[in-house]
Amino acid sequence: MSQTAASTRRRKRFKLPLWMYKLASPAYFDRLVGRIIPWLLIPGLVLLGIGLVWGLAFAPADYQQGDSFRIIYVHVPTAALSMGIYMAMAITAGIGLIWRIRLAALVSRNCAPIGAACTFLALATGALWGKPMWGTWWVWDARLTSELILLFLYLGYMALHEAFEDPEIGSRAAAILALVGVINIPIIHYSVEWWHTLHQGATIFKLDKPSIAPSMLWPLLVMLLAFALLSAANVLMRTRNNVLERRLQPDDDE
Amino acid sequence: MHFSNWQEFLAMGGYAPFVWSAFALTLIILGIVLVTPVLRRRQLLRQLQRLERLREQENTQ
Repeated sequence: MSQTAASTRRRKRFKLPLWMYKLASPAYFDRLVGRIIPWLLIPGLVLLGIGLVWGLAFAPADYQQGDSFRIIYVHVPTAALSMGIYMAMAITAGIGLIWRIRLAALVSRNCAPIGAACTFLALATGALWGKPMWGTWWVWDARLTSELILLFLYLGYMALHEAFEDPEIGSRAAAILALVGVINIPIIHYSVEWWHTLHQGATIFKLDKPSIAPSMLWPLLVMLLAFALLSAANVLMRTRNNVLERRLQPDDDE
Repeated sequence: MHFSNWQEFLAMGGYAPFVWSAFALTLIILGIVLVTPVLRRRQLLRQLQRLERLREQENTQ
């Protein structure tokens, strides 16, 4: 008897909380997500509108960079989310890989398009900011190069899904790439401290008080929240579509 | 309001090409990524409707 108790205990220890298993039921997921999406999408769009007007027209100009600094309101949110979405993608990929929860693997896969878009935008808006301020669109310094590697990780992750005939194997291979690629995230974040770089140091995401005036910081936080809400809505909408796609394939074994 | 008129706002202190293309590019790409699943969902719902209609027809025959 003590043996059974021990084995149940052992089994229990490796289980995820119940709500995570409930989420794996497609019908439950569809209903829940259908209710959550408007609560992300609508505030996301409203905040995006507020943030754009605030950042472009109401925030004061920088005393050194003039109005070119306003690029911060698209550059920093996309850069921050390029890393945040990557972490969400890697964690859900890990859950899908270890506990074989297909829904987690799906969520992970659906993080990639918006994550890649944010990474591309961080690089592109950075170039558009770099040209007037540094005099160059691009330098091969640590921050820029590691962010470019992040874009390749996203693209590789998406390509691996398509690279195998069995989508299950593709999903697992991609998950391993996503997990290995996590090493790049602290490299991006600390690159401005570890190496000499043209890119400025952290002004917001650091332990001290942010070194940016509140009148400039507030619209930035609004934009960051807007991008985060819209990204989350996007991932859920894509995943909901996947659940619908499965209903169109009646021959599937699940 | 930081700017005193529309011309000043559009000029962005001389950085107009950089500022406006950064914002335009962001909105275009974000828009594409956000709209894609909405269109896909409509397409899927149409397909599902057609499938159900077909099944009903088979049942009545």
